[in-house]
Amino acid sequence: MLKDQDRIFRNIYGLEDVGLTGARARGVWDGTKALVDLGRETIIENVKASGLRGRGGAGFSTGMKWSFMPKDVGERPHYLVINADESEPGTCKDREIMRNDPHKLIEGALIASFAMQANAAYCYVRGEFFRETEALQRAVDEAYENELIGDNACGTGFKFDFYIHRGMGAYICGEESAMIESLEGKKGQPRMKPPFPANVGAWGCPTTVNNVESIAVVPDILRRGADWFAALGRPNNTGTKLFNISGHVNKPCTVEEEMGIPLKELIEKHAGGVRGGWDNLLAIIPGGASVPLLTKEMSSTVLMDFDSLREVRSGLGTAAVMVMDQSTDVIRAITRLSRFYMHESCGQCTPCREGSGWMWRMMERICAGDATPAEIDLLEEVTKQVEGHTICALGDAAAWPIQGLIRHFRPLMEERGRGAQPVAAE
Amino acid sequence: MPKLTIDGNEVEVDAGLTVLQACEQIGIEIPRFCYHERLSIAGNCRMCLVALERAPKPVASCAMPVGEGMVIHTNTPEVHKMRKGVMEFLLINHPLDCPICDQGGECDLQDQAMGYGLDHSRYKENKRAVEDKEMGPLIETVMTRCIHCTRCVRFTTEIAGITDMGMLGRGEHAEITSYLEKAVDSELSGNVIDLCPVGALTSKPYAFVARPWELKKTETVDVMDAVGSNIRVDARGSEVMRVLPRLNEDVNEEWISDKTRFACDGLRRQRLDRPYIRENGKLVPASWDDAFALIESKVDGLDGSKIAAIAGDQADSEAMVSLKALMINLGSANIDCRQDGSQIDPSTRAAYIFNSEIAGIEQADALLIVGSNPRLEAAIINARIRKRFMAGKFPIGVIGEAADLRYDYEHLGTCPADLKAVLDAKSAFGKILKDATRPMIIIGQGALAREDGAAIQALTHQIAEAYGVVDTNKGWNGYNVLHTAASRVAGLDIGFVPGEGGLATHDIVAAAGNGDVEVVYLLGADEIDTQALGNAFVVYQGHHGDNGAHRADVILPGAAYTEKNATWVNTEGRVQLGRLAAFPPGDAREDWTIIRALSDVLGKSIPCNDLRGVRSMLVNANTNFMNIDIAVDAKWGSFGVAGDVTDAPFTSPIDNFYMTDPISRASETMAKCTETFLEAQEKATGTHG
Repeated sequence: MLKDQDRIFRNIYGLEDVGLTGARARGVWDGTKALVDLGRETIIENVKASGLRGRGGAGFSTGMKWSFMPKDVGERPHYLVINADESEPGTCKDREIMRNDPHKLIEGALIASFAMQANAAYCYVRGEFFRETEALQRAVDEAYENELIGDNACGTGFKFDFYIHRGMGAYICGEESAMIESLEGKKGQPRMKPPFPANVGAWGCPTTVNNVESIAVVPDILRRGADWFAALGRPNNTGTKLFNISGHVNKPCTVEEEMGIPLKELIEKHAGGVRGGWDNLLAIIPGGASVPLLTKEMSSTVLMDFDSLREVRSGLGTAAVMVMDQSTDVIRAITRLSRFYMHESCGQCTPCREGSGWMWRMMERICAGDATPAEIDLLEEVTKQVEGHTICALGDAAAWPIQGLIRHFRPLMEERGRGAQPVAAE
Repeated sequence: MPKLTIDGNEVEVDAGLTVLQACEQIGIEIPRFCYHERLSIAGNCRMCLVALERAPKPVASCAMPVGEGMVIHTNTPEVHKMRKGVMEFLLINHPLDCPICDQGGECDLQDQAMGYGLDHSRYKENKRAVEDKEMGPLIETVMTRCIHCTRCVRFTTEIAGITDMGMLGRGEHAEITSYLEKAVDSELSGNVIDLCPVGALTSKPYAFVARPWELKKTETVDVMDAVGSNIRVDARGSEVMRVLPRLNEDVNEEWISDKTRFACDGLRRQRLDRPYIRENGKLVPASWDDAFALIESKVDGLDGSKIAAIAGDQADSEAMVSLKALMINLGSANIDCRQDGSQIDPSTRAAYIFNSEIAGIEQADALLIVGSNPRLEAAIINARIRKRFMAGKFPIGVIGEAADLRYDYEHLGTCPADLKAVLDAKSAFGKILKDATRPMIIIGQGALAREDGAAIQALTHQIAEAYGVVDTNKGWNGYNVLHTAASRVAGLDIGFVPGEGGLATHDIVAAAGNGDVEVVYLLGADEIDTQALGNAFVVYQGHHGDNGAHRADVILPGAAYTEKNATWVNTEGRVQLGRLAAFPPGDAREDWTIIRALSDVLGKSIPCNDLRGVRSMLVNANTNFMNIDIAVDAKWGSFGVAGDVTDAPFTSPIDNFYMTDPISRASETMAKCTETFLEAQEKATGTHG
């Protein structure tokens, strides 16, 4: 269990002062100039050495991502875009940072922007996060007033501006290139890669898109040392992580824990255990809506980090743990997720546009017991036809939960469809 | 040059190509819907997926640039399965209405479904239905068929330069629509019909008219403007059903204007299908013999100076060279092919052609447009200017009407004085021209078809000399005259201009009005003031009952451009052959044969008996007629007549793009366009939209 002194987010529940005074008392903005003065190479080396992997879901090395930016600023300015469009169902970590510890994010943004020679950071906040935007704006105003950011940020001579941009509530705008499109004022649709944002990003300029949590932990990594961060968790899955535990637990919560904590321990220690006891558990979605679910047996032993969850063919994603007990109609639950992806597909590329609706409709029929067992095979094949064939990862995200359901609960699905009459195709 | 391996073949291709283009170079065809080589890459249909070794996922070959050492597989079972998967997705919500779809038989989706479609549908849900959109009188929509490739959106934004089309909604509710469902207001809008890979956007006038396999396809050229767009005329029997573009990188790439495409229904209306003679003030049907006899009776014994001929904007070269020969035999020097009274200098070829050629626009780095609205006068050339503009660093200055040309320009003024300011370096644009390495001037007929046209041409000649618009060392000649008449350059090449002591158009009309000219021969000339011809005996040879025919005393029915084997020379001076796609209606004949027959009746026979004969007359008139399909560089020289210019502002000769000639004036579709795009705007009040 994470020791209190290793905690990065010390006001995640908003119990203390959210403002600058409170933040300073918790160590934020302490010697930021010294951190910046480390130089961009050292900062990036430190972040690499800490083993920090992106907290937005894909788990790509943050330091590595930063090093993809051009070494020097040419004709085009560099930009940092902070992904605060937290829309993955079950996830509620970034909003806590913005609400209760916004200065951590702003300080991290300054250091990250300096490391990438970006004079401006755009924080793309989910449209529904109204209060969060207000809290963040207050913090930004405070930071400007105290010259922590601005023309001479923290006295470093580095010019840094922090802009908040509110989204309009489209899930797809959490995808980095769709976010850039949306930021530019266009319709939020993912771009083709290559070119990657580090080369051609916002307004055609080199851009890095990072998750709020990835940015917010950077100052602590530099302050306490990359070794400290790397010592937490397991190799290649280091540091601490905010976990969101929701669903059929006694005390749903957001909690910072060490990476690699056993899932069972996480739920029992922090969320008061599964409703009705561990034996009442049916399944757990360990990392937000888009990762395949785990059965009770798997949940009993699996560790909560990128590699362990990948080994059981699921993923850490955003570390939003959704617990379902025996009372759950798991087919219904996945059908609902399927509908979410159908609704949020941007409609740009064929497999996702057409496939997400097809999958949802089949799920509805399976759920209602109107589909023959043979259609489960068809459904699985359709998910494979979508997976990996789309421009962005939304197609994969729509396919994976269904694949997980079929993998682990196929007998249940077949049972439900017993007696269904085949439907003739048009 | 990166080396890569495609299906086991090692190939070396140019850097910057995409994998799809590299595959095409070695003859491997990749199926695609959204990719189009003239549009930006969308990568959304996912039909072109290929396997790339060491890549985590299959890649869209249309968007993936080639890289050193790539190993690509395009024909493995996995790739085939991917394509089948995408095809299935495209088809699940596509209606099964091929039997009643106008795209049937020339549909990309149909064709590729033959290769990658399943033999049965596995989709048991209800299909999606999408409401059709109103896009004006030209484009029919059946949006349920749309596969969201966004080619139409990209064409209209990138090539046509309008932002009227886009995709609304998201996911399976995404729909392509025009802004507020108003008509797509572009002279190039019809091209989206060709671009649409399915039957979502089809031709409204052609709806349910014919099937592609029952049409006879003839490759010919267009005469609706002076661009000479290469077209394919599809006819069934003697009826032209539709006009489609033909690829010619040097002229029209693969676009045509809406007038070129849709005016063809005018070929079925108002046609002159037999000779007429005027008796007691009324035109009555007559035989060829009667008509010729009447002309003979009027011309016989008449002094040549009392006879005149004017060639119209769509006259073919063969007819003009025959008519010129006949007029010489009759002793007349009163001939002109410049109906608009253009003062253009016919003595130097470089003075009246588009010297840089249309493709040369892409090499220019500064442009001055004088007295022209290229969007209306030559929509295809305007698209080329926009293409160059979009490539960046292309300052454009306009002297003339400040019209919306679909690209940004600096408006330098409206009258000849502003042209002088450029010459006298009073205008900053002079410096821009001077600093450019390949500057270009486009001079429209709005600047030349006026009293002081020759002086204005002299001014432009001076600008060309002063600012290096012509640089023979570099092989660059950016002095471009933009014509609006398909016949004009050929007429000037032939020398269909007043001979020694002869009268030009305005003088012919005036002389006919006061009786000095007694016989006027109009070869499809409808744009002159026919009511001003006084008591002159008017022979009208043409194909439509338009202005000329209304005034005529004898009508000789000729052939329209789709009904004859004839030669046209476009504004670049490019000689192109038109071919007979359908026979002329009734007793109408190919134009040069009419003149040949008449010359016999008049006892002034011209020396040709077949097409070969008349074409050798063309070559005798100007050797340039030997250079079929080629634009030959013209020698630079001095031209124009220095003189005073007036303060009158330049105006474009065209105010209604959709109706400029007898064919488009007879076209129902063009009338609808006029109503939709011009009259609706005039009628609109403050409470509209």
